[in-house]
Amino acid sequence: MTGVIEQATVGRRGGVRALWAGNPWAVVQRGLIAARSSSWVVVLSGFFEPVFYLASMGIGLGALIGTVQTSGGAEVSYAAFIAPALLAVSAMNGAIYDSTWNVFFKLNYGKLYEGMLATSLGPLDVALGEILYALLRGLVYAAGFMVIMQIWGLNLAWTAILALPAVLLIAFGFASLGMAVTSYMKTFQHMDWINFVLLPMFLFSATLYPITVYPEWVQGIVMAFPLWHGVELIRGFTTGVLSPDMGWHILYYVVMIAVGLVFTTKRMRALFLD
Amino acid sequence: MPEAVITAESLRKTYKVKGKADFVAVDDLSFEVAPGESFGLLGPNGAGKSTTMKMIGAVSTRTAGSLSILGLDPDQYGPEIRSRLGVVPQQDNLDGELNARENLFIYGRYFGLPAKVCHEKADELLAFAQLEDKAKSRVDALSGGMKRRLTIARGLINDPRILLLDEPTTGLDPQARHVLWDRLFRLKERGTTLVLTTHYMDEAEQLCDRLIVVDKGRIMAEGTPSSLIRQHSSREVLEVRFGSDRNQQVAGTLEGIGDRVEVLPDRILVYTSDGEAALERITALGLSPITSLVRRSSLEDVFLRLTGRSLIE
Repeated sequence: MTGVIEQATVGRRGGVRALWAGNPWAVVQRGLIAARSSSWVVVLSGFFEPVFYLASMGIGLGALIGTVQTSGGAEVSYAAFIAPALLAVSAMNGAIYDSTWNVFFKLNYGKLYEGMLATSLGPLDVALGEILYALLRGLVYAAGFMVIMQIWGLNLAWTAILALPAVLLIAFGFASLGMAVTSYMKTFQHMDWINFVLLPMFLFSATLYPITVYPEWVQGIVMAFPLWHGVELIRGFTTGVLSPDMGWHILYYVVMIAVGLVFTTKRMRALFLD
Repeated sequence: MPEAVITAESLRKTYKVKGKADFVAVDDLSFEVAPGESFGLLGPNGAGKSTTMKMIGAVSTRTAGSLSILGLDPDQYGPEIRSRLGVVPQQDNLDGELNARENLFIYGRYFGLPAKVCHEKADELLAFAQLEDKAKSRVDALSGGMKRRLTIARGLINDPRILLLDEPTTGLDPQARHVLWDRLFRLKERGTTLVLTTHYMDEAEQLCDRLIVVDKGRIMAEGTPSSLIRQHSSREVLEVRFGSDRNQQVAGTLEGIGDRVEVLPDRILVYTSDGEAALERITALGLSPITSLVRRSSLEDVFLRLTGRSLIE
């Protein structure tokens, strides 16, 4: 048995602060084992939240509102307008939950990462592993929500299926940036700032109505935030109105993922491998 | 002597402090650890023990000096060194969301070991740590001693060549300490190299083949526990108490009794080869201490002699 162990662990060069052992799956696996014993109420609530929004606003308000014009120019029912936005929001919430509160706790109270980084894992393994795990939850929420959308006839084109990889991208972006931000937070009070950003972003990012109701400068602010890009991207797919602008939305998230990973990794290094 | 598994020469670690001079955690440490040896770093809080352990554990880079662990320089082979070490940190950092067995299993996975090996090792180590019936218990439900044993078991999951223990029994009750010492003895018998820090004298005397006494990031003395006691202290120590306000006053009259007299706030220590004889001389002077105690000299006395301070403040 010793032979196996030697083989598996020997031969990785790199300094004390070496980034990567190619083993983020061990961290993902840890998340899955921990999830077995975690509260299913939290998981279920994350799933039902957007469903409740869709049922109340899409059907309730939708009856008063009628149709809405998307930024792509399509006239769609109100429910079909907000459903893709709620999908993006649920991806965001799932990813944020795991990459902020959970990470905050492990970082400051559980001392979990200290233990991980005493092994052959590098900071990038830990960061990527945690983010991938957060992403899994986002994907599960999203897939469930897509099924609901399909049942209610809110997927208006075959391109809706592309919303799933788009959700992954969005979840990846939020998880990555969320973990980076969290790694700088020291107290629970700091963590409230995250909610302070999330709630207005949810309300104003063309989720519940087109942002054309605002003057241009307000629209500019909305467009600077990530959720708007996610909403537009997914809405394009579910309504089947594709445009070249979607490339920008994707790029926005790619940059967000990269920035998040760089800062998370840097921070993990600074905290645990000085 | 076979080739050392750890060699440190003029090891130094400083931390930058904003607006002030750099903080020197480890000033200048040179030592070697032989394979299979049980090596101790003894010193008070803030002596630089934990920082030294972090550098050996390849999670902290040295500022200066040279360091070789298993023949490798951590500056070039950090992860590889970590993969061959077991670490038992000062504060337990077990995974509170997992049960005892899962803690062991997943730790093996962090090292990149195959799942099958991790399962086998987890069972084997639960037995070693005498925690078989706690395999499914959440970590929070374990006692302090059990947590420590689990942390040690976790540190052994990758069959490490060296096990680093940072104050392994701090905060444990006497019974739990003895159980833990017994486990560490077994490891020693199996030939695992142990490097441990402690500020408990009895622990160092029990577990260490050889140790260095560290204070303010420097080595004050080095040797086996018994040789250190021989060199720096007398065979016996007589402790007498005259009450905290009288100790200082009486101490003057005790000069000449024993090899040396040390006055502590609460008691006077007389270093001598024969404690009983010293006590007789004191009573012959007409002094009657409130309490008196003759004991063997310990590393505590060595430390006191070398630094003028006691280990636990």
